[in-house]
Formats: sequence, C-alpha cells, structure tokens
Amino acid sequence: MTPTYLGRVQTRLFLLLVVAVPWTALIVPLLPGPTGPTYRVAYAAVFCVGLFGIAWEALYHGLQQFRWDKDWPILLGLLVGINEGIAVYLALDAGFLAVGPINTTAFVIHFATVWTLLWLTANGPMRVVFIRWRFRGGRLV
Amino acid sequence: MPPPLDAIDAPPAAAPGDLTEPLIAADTWADSDVEAAGIPVRDVPFVTVGGGLGSFAMADLLRLAGLGVEQIAVLSDIRRPDETYRYLAENSQIPESERLRSDAGSVMDNIWAFPSYAMREAAGERSLAPVWQVLTEPLLAEFFTPRSGQVYRSVEREALRIGWEDMRVIGHVRMVRRRLGGGYFTVMTPPAGTAATRRVAYRSSHVHLAVGYPGLRFLADLQEYRSTYGDYQRVVNAYEPHEHVYQEAQRRPCTVLVRGSGIVASRVFQRLIDDRDQSGAQTTIIHLFRNYVDGPQGEGATFRRPGGHGFAYQAFNYPKAAWGGQLRNRLAGLEGQERADLLDQMGGTNTAPRRQWRQQLLRGEREGFYEQRVGTVTSVAPSPDGSAVVTSVTSEDGQTMELSAQFIIDSTGLEARLTDHRLMADLLEHGGAGTNPKGRLDVDPTFEVRGTRSESGRMYASGSITLGGYYAGVDSFLGLQYAALQIADDLAHLGFCRHIGPGRSIAQWWRWARNRAP
Repeated sequence: MTPTYLGRVQTRLFLLLVVAVPWTALIVPLLPGPTGPTYRVAYAAVFCVGLFGIAWEALYHGLQQFRWDKDWPILLGLLVGINEGIAVYLALDAGFLAVGPINTTAFVIHFATVWTLLWLTANGPMRVVFIRWRFRGGRLV
Repeated sequence: MPPPLDAIDAPPAAAPGDLTEPLIAADTWADSDVEAAGIPVRDVPFVTVGGGLGSFAMADLLRLAGLGVEQIAVLSDIRRPDETYRYLAENSQIPESERLRSDAGSVMDNIWAFPSYAMREAAGERSLAPVWQVLTEPLLAEFFTPRSGQVYRSVEREALRIGWEDMRVIGHVRMVRRRLGGGYFTVMTPPAGTAATRRVAYRSSHVHLAVGYPGLRFLADLQEYRSTYGDYQRVVNAYEPHEHVYQEAQRRPCTVLVRGSGIVASRVFQRLIDDRDQSGAQTTIIHLFRNYVDGPQGEGATFRRPGGHGFAYQAFNYPKAAWGGQLRNRLAGLEGQERADLLDQMGGTNTAPRRQWRQQLLRGEREGFYEQRVGTVTSVAPSPDGSAVVTSVTSEDGQTMELSAQFIIDSTGLEARLTDHRLMADLLEHGGAGTNPKGRLDVDPTFEVRGTRSESGRMYASGSITLGGYYAGVDSFLGLQYAALQIADDLAHLGFCRHIGPGRSIAQWWRWARNRAP
C-alpha cells in the first residue's frame, strides 16, 4: 500500500464505520463480562481508534517519508495495532470518556479482532468495491 | 520486437482500395474522400491500436464498463496480447519460470488485484511461502514478484473471458486521421490475400493507441560497429534474440562484455553465471559502466535511493508510490522540465536489489570471472584476427584501455525515438499531436493525446509512448491498467460507457471470479 495522509485518515474512518461498528455489535455478546458495560468500552475503543488515528497516521506518514518507495508495508499496517491498542487501553483506563472499569481480556479480544478485520479488509476487499482507491493513496473522496 | 509484418505492407501491383495522394496529404478526411479512394469502411465505436497488453488492459476495462465485443476493434499485428511482451522478456532472459519485476498487486487480468498473484501462487502450489513473502515484504523478505508464466496464463484466461478474439483484427495500422464531422479513420493494411482491397478503414468515435516501444535502439558506437562491419553476431542487443551468445559461451571459454547497469543487465549476468554454475561454462564477464553509482543517490534523508557497487537499487522501475501514492500526486502537479527532472530522479537506470544477483556478482569478483570497468567508449572494432571485438575506453582520469571480448551485449535498454514509429510520425505530422518534455507523445492526465480531438471524438494513448507525462509507471502492468481506468472514466463522463462505481465493480468482480463473460 502506498497511502497518502488524507488517504490514510479517510480509509481508517470509513473502515471503522462499515467494519468495526457492525463487528463490535456482533462480537460483544460473546465477550466475557456484562454486555452493557462491555458495549460501552468496545464502542469507546472504536471511537478512540478513529480519534487517535488522526495523530497516529500523521506519525506513520512522517516515518514513511524516510522510505524511498514512500510505501507502507503490509506488515507494519498490522503491527501498529499493538501500539494503538495499548494507547487506547491506557486512555480508557485513565478515565478518558468515563467508560468505567475495563475487562482486559474482553478488550484484547475485541481490539485484536477489530484490528485484524480492518487490516484484512484494507488489503483486499476494499479494492473490489472501490476500483480507484489504491491508485489514490487510499483516498475515497 | 516480433517479426514485423513487412510482408503485408509491401506494395502489391495496383491493388484496389489504396491510399491516394490527396488522402495522404489531408489532415482531415470526409467520408466521401475515403469512399472515392475505394477503401472499404467498417464502423465500430472504439478502436484500440496495438493489440498488446496496453490494448488488452483497455479492452478489458471497457468490457467491464459495459461495452460489447462488437463495439470494440483491436487492430493488431499480433495474435495474443502477451506476444510482444513475452518475446522481449524471453530475449532478455526471463523464461516462464523466472520472476518479473512487478508486484503482487499488478494483476494483468484483474483490475482489482484481488486475489493477487501471490495469493494465487499460494493456492496453486499449496504453499504458504508466497503469503509469508507479501506479508513481510520488503522488511523481512524481498518484494514478491510473479513468475512470467503465471502472468501469461492469467492473461490467456481473461482474453478468453472478454472475447479477445472476437474484437481482434489482424493487420498493420498505417495511420489514424481525423474525420470531418467527428471521430477518426484508422487505416489498416490487412494481410495479403485476406481482403479484397489493399487497405481497410475503421471509422470510430474514439481511438486508443498502445503500440508499445517505438523500436529498439543501440548505443551509438555499437550501432556504428554493426553497420560498418556488418557483424550482427558478436554485438547484440539484450532485447533481440541472442541465445547463440550463451550457446557459444558454453562450448568454449568466452569473454562477454556487457554494457548497461539496469535490470536487463542483471538478468544477463544471472544467465551467464547460472551457465557457469550449471553447464560448466567458463565465461569471463567484463561489465563496462559509463556512469558508476558508488553510493546512495539523492539529497536529504527523505529522498535517497540506495545504491553502490555500480548499481542504483530499487524494487521497481520507480518508487512504489509513483503508481498510486504521494509521488503519483506530486508528479501529476508538475509541468515541463520539472516533471522530466522528477521522472529522472525516481527512474533512470536502476536494478532490483535481489540478494541472489548481488551474491553472484560478489562471487564473480572474488573468483575473477566478473570485473567492472568504468569509462567512455571511443571506438569499437574487430580484433586483427577477427576472433574478438575490441572496445577502446577512456577512463575518467584520462587513461585508455582496450577491452577484448568475443561478444558484446548492449543491455542499456535504449528505446528508439517516437518518430521512428511510422504511425507516431504520421500522428505528429497530420494528427495535431505533440511531444512532451521526454520527447514522447504529449497526453493529458486522462491520457488523451493533446491536440488530436476530433469534435466529440477522443484519441488516447497509453504505454511507453506516453512516458514523460503526468504518470511515471506508464510502461508497467499497473500503469497500463491505470491508464485504461483514466480513459474509461473519461469516456464514461462523455456518456460513451458506464461508470464503474462500487455496484458495477463488485458485480463485475463476481463475474470474473466465476469466469463468466463481463
């Protein structure tokens, strides 16, 4: 993938909306802990991935400038889920959005599955739906 | 190039329906002019000239955009879309089992690049290695690149699916002229004996030109040697058939001098060294550089290409983002010399940083069968006993040296001028087309050839003839598909075909997946 900054942000927000939101609705009932509070934490996490992502993507885009190909290897797209997951957890745990106590196991399962799904969708099915997307650095509009 | 169809273009005695002087002289033709010359006219809404992978990408996209086979004519002097590509690849030492310099997502038969060539190879060979490679490229592994054979097979399947043979018409395209009232006439010479007239004219609303390289060009000193001494055996171009060089080198110890330091030279080295390793050849390789790259190129940490040991290294012809990321955007915003300069900085002579190749050359230096020389050639002449060719070289510090070799392989990959192609020369003279800062066909960002509009008719071009325009990788699988997409979008905007939005895209992908006609 050879994203531009605008492409990165647009793709992230779009995929959160069409992939992460419905996925969260499906998976939360299967996670440990009471469903109501888990939903609150899970959707707060999805929201944070979008919000913090605007800054994360700027950082990634900056790092990308040091690559001759100005690309973003597929593996990095998966691995940055680790730092992003930790950041979201720490923020929510510190009281951001006041979601209450976090079930760590539920958080990890939810976050890891969401991130993997986003990553898989971005590396294949997106191209089938949006034929020009990959030529525009991930920009949708 | 494949054997040119000169035979069908030779003037037979007084054949009916030929070009007339007034037609040749006129920039715009009326229907009655063509009729008066006795040239039969065939109507088809869209004509693509070339019939190689450029025409294939175009026809494929237009079929996805709703055009039927009867609405597209592919005018071509080759039968299969991959014929010319395969010819050049095989000459330059890429047999079906070898990998191309093209990424997993440049999928010639599938504009969506899903599933990619890597996924298909994994499925076909029941191996996770290709998946692991794309997953970790280029950090832990080298970029995945498909085997040429896989690409050919995929093109064959897609050609069958979209009805290629029903669109393709064999013949030699002589010229494209504007039509009075809009659209174009494309004049074709059918093979002798297949038509009642010498020429046939295709009257279309729009024309697409994808004729590939205008031709091969040799280094000037090598061209002079060939024409002076009439020796076409010892001095060869890597893109023309030159298997005899490798055969001879396997029969007896030879010295082969290689000019050039791009990907083609790398392939030639691999073949020569593989033959040493596997067939017992005792070839000595002299590698002659004009420009020696001794370190990374480019200024600043954010625009620095790896290099050293004579070579500039990058995975593909251009940095990856030139095909669809920030570098594509940057180039699209530049004009004139600035654009040409950025193209040179991103492109130029370079090769892929493959471990196997680097190890082979390092071993060659250690064992003394590969040596590098740098300098400017002053003359190329036969040795006194005629058994070798002697290249006289002046190095940068003014010293002269004489390099004797049984064979010289020109691997510089020089291309002929645009005007060396007759169709292009005609277009510049009569069609209103112009050239860009690189001396190729000047196209706008939608790949429309500037200056050639014929009322509502549009003329487009893609492939290597458009190098120097707003898109760098025009001469690549993905570049041909990108151009086709821009053109299809422009035509959809004109109401000529359907726009490929998400719905059509998914539906067409699903048809592709089931191998159903578009």
